[in-house]
Amino acid sequence: MFYREAGDFKTSYVDDNQTFPIKFDRYRYYFVLFIAFAIIPLMINSYWVKAIFLPFLIYSIAAIGLNILVGYCGQVSLGTGGFMAVGAYAVYKLMTAFPEINILFHVLIAGGITSIVGVLFGLPSLRIKGFYLAVATLAAQFFLVWLFNRVPWFYNYSASGQISAPERTIFGIAVTGPNTQSWATYMFCLVFLTFCAIIARNLTRGAVGRKWMAIRDMDIAAEIIGVNPLSAKMTAFAVSSFFIGIAGALFFAVYLGAVEVGEVFGINKSFLVLFMIIIGGLGSIFGSFAGAAFLVLLPVFLKNFLVGALGWPTDLAAHLEFMIVGGLIVVFLIAEPHGLAQLWRVAKEKLRLWPFPY
Amino acid sequence: MPEQFIFGIEVFLNGLMAGVLYALVALGFVLIYKASGIFNYAQGVMALFAAMTLVGIMDGQVPFSHLINAIFGTDVHHFGWHLPGLVGILLTMLVMIALALIVQKVIFKHLVGQEPIILFMATIGLAYFMEGLGDLMWGADIKKLNVGLPQGINIWIDETTYNIFDYGFFIDNLDIVATIIAVILVAVLVAFSQYTKQGRAMRAVADDHQAALSVGVSLNFIWIMVWSVAGFVALVAGVVWGTKSGVQFSLSLIALKALPVLMLGGFTSIPGAIVGGLIIGVGEKLFEFAIGPLIGGATENWFAYVLALIFLVFRPQGLFGEKIIERV
Repeated sequence: MFYREAGDFKTSYVDDNQTFPIKFDRYRYYFVLFIAFAIIPLMINSYWVKAIFLPFLIYSIAAIGLNILVGYCGQVSLGTGGFMAVGAYAVYKLMTAFPEINILFHVLIAGGITSIVGVLFGLPSLRIKGFYLAVATLAAQFFLVWLFNRVPWFYNYSASGQISAPERTIFGIAVTGPNTQSWATYMFCLVFLTFCAIIARNLTRGAVGRKWMAIRDMDIAAEIIGVNPLSAKMTAFAVSSFFIGIAGALFFAVYLGAVEVGEVFGINKSFLVLFMIIIGGLGSIFGSFAGAAFLVLLPVFLKNFLVGALGWPTDLAAHLEFMIVGGLIVVFLIAEPHGLAQLWRVAKEKLRLWPFPY
Repeated sequence: MPEQFIFGIEVFLNGLMAGVLYALVALGFVLIYKASGIFNYAQGVMALFAAMTLVGIMDGQVPFSHLINAIFGTDVHHFGWHLPGLVGILLTMLVMIALALIVQKVIFKHLVGQEPIILFMATIGLAYFMEGLGDLMWGADIKKLNVGLPQGINIWIDETTYNIFDYGFFIDNLDIVATIIAVILVAVLVAFSQYTKQGRAMRAVADDHQAALSVGVSLNFIWIMVWSVAGFVALVAGVVWGTKSGVQFSLSLIALKALPVLMLGGFTSIPGAIVGGLIIGVGEKLFEFAIGPLIGGATENWFAYVLALIFLVFRPQGLFGEKIIERV
């Protein structure tokens, strides 16, 4: 009833090729954008932004990036934390070296730098496949974290070895540093997320995305029908790392403000983002959002419930949280290995016919 | 003889010993991967869990005492017994077998035929779960594990080398014992898989699931057995590492040390795990000794990975891995 093509006539090729061909979908999309841009900034306070919205927005960017690599191109990567660290340190070096340039460009250039590093570490993927590749990307993870820890140039020789973001503004409004307003940081990340999601959605619909998916489904067959594995895999690594670099830059500059690399961008971060896309759904942009939302909300919810409502000691709650997160992941994989995106697809099919049985 | 050279030899020997320890962890990975195609990230946490359980049983701790106290307001901590190491190890082995049973029945039975990446993620979920469970059962504090393995510098080697080189080598007794244990373990595993009925069935499953099924091998039983054996290997690794550096969270990170060993040796080869472990152990110790001071130290974190990565570019299936044949 709701979700159907009937009555929605396309009279031009542009109409036919649009991102959301179904009317209901299109209105839903505009509605979500409207809420996100016009309603939420007016209503949020700093707790909501710090605890939920910023991590959600930033992890969504990272998840979209990783989903391009793992879900669309089939190259499993465990180096996400390391690549986020590249983005963070790149934006830090740029912010401190060129303070007169707008931070918007710093974040984008940081993404670019990360994508170069990503391609570099992606080169072995031409020879190595499957789990060997997954473990090989761990080399990037450990090497990069070590590099940022040990080479003082990266953290500007600061005594603590930490990096902390100086204050930068856009149109006179602070988006980094200690004196930010919550709606400004929210909007800043939201703009990046929207921009990344639109790019990702359109890339995966187009020729590049189809090449990635051909490589994912069977690389030798793809090569035979004329997909160049070198360019397909390297573009996947480049685009994916670009997004992950932006996520890392925002994570450091806007969300945390100060970062100690081993703690923040360790291997657990890599697993976290990988969990997001698996729970959300591999090969789905919507899945990246859903997975990020799920894994950002779950610990907040558990902490509030166990410590707040039941009054248990925090260390106990932390152990239980580990168990519940681990258990839920396993349950989820058993119940729905294709993730939340699959649930959404099933719901769409049902909505299409509702309230009629056929 | 130049001093640097003698130091080098000592570092080399210590590297060999460290390599044996890595190989111990890697063995558990190989066993499960060969038999079921599951890349078991939880192996390191299994070692941690086994060591924690062993300490808990030997000291007579009440499991979940923290949780029980928090809910019921009681104050129970210990049963008040102290068991000898061997009994503790046997009881822990029973726990690990029970764990294997649960893992197979509850998780992997439902995931048969899924993509390898899904199975891999399930083991990461399992790792998180067991990490929380271990802490919840036995408490998160650092524990000492002592089952009677000798520790400290080996005097005999120290004196002998001092008489020859004028410089006594520092080699830990524990490392020597660990080496002996590892050799025995590998011999037992090889004998088990070559000469027993279950061992042959295990190899059959590793070769071809469907063919094994069709000649009457129970996949379910074999997988439970393999997880039990891997639990046993984890227990041995947990005992050795736990005695060496205390039972604490960082024990679970040895899994990350074992991964490059696996890449180098090949995921499917038991000798590969041993040889890979030795190469990585020696390589990273020598690299840290020779080049580490020049570039800021602590290279052990990544050297193994980079070495394995470079190696894989030339031989994608590892040293002893099965040749990858791709068909369209």
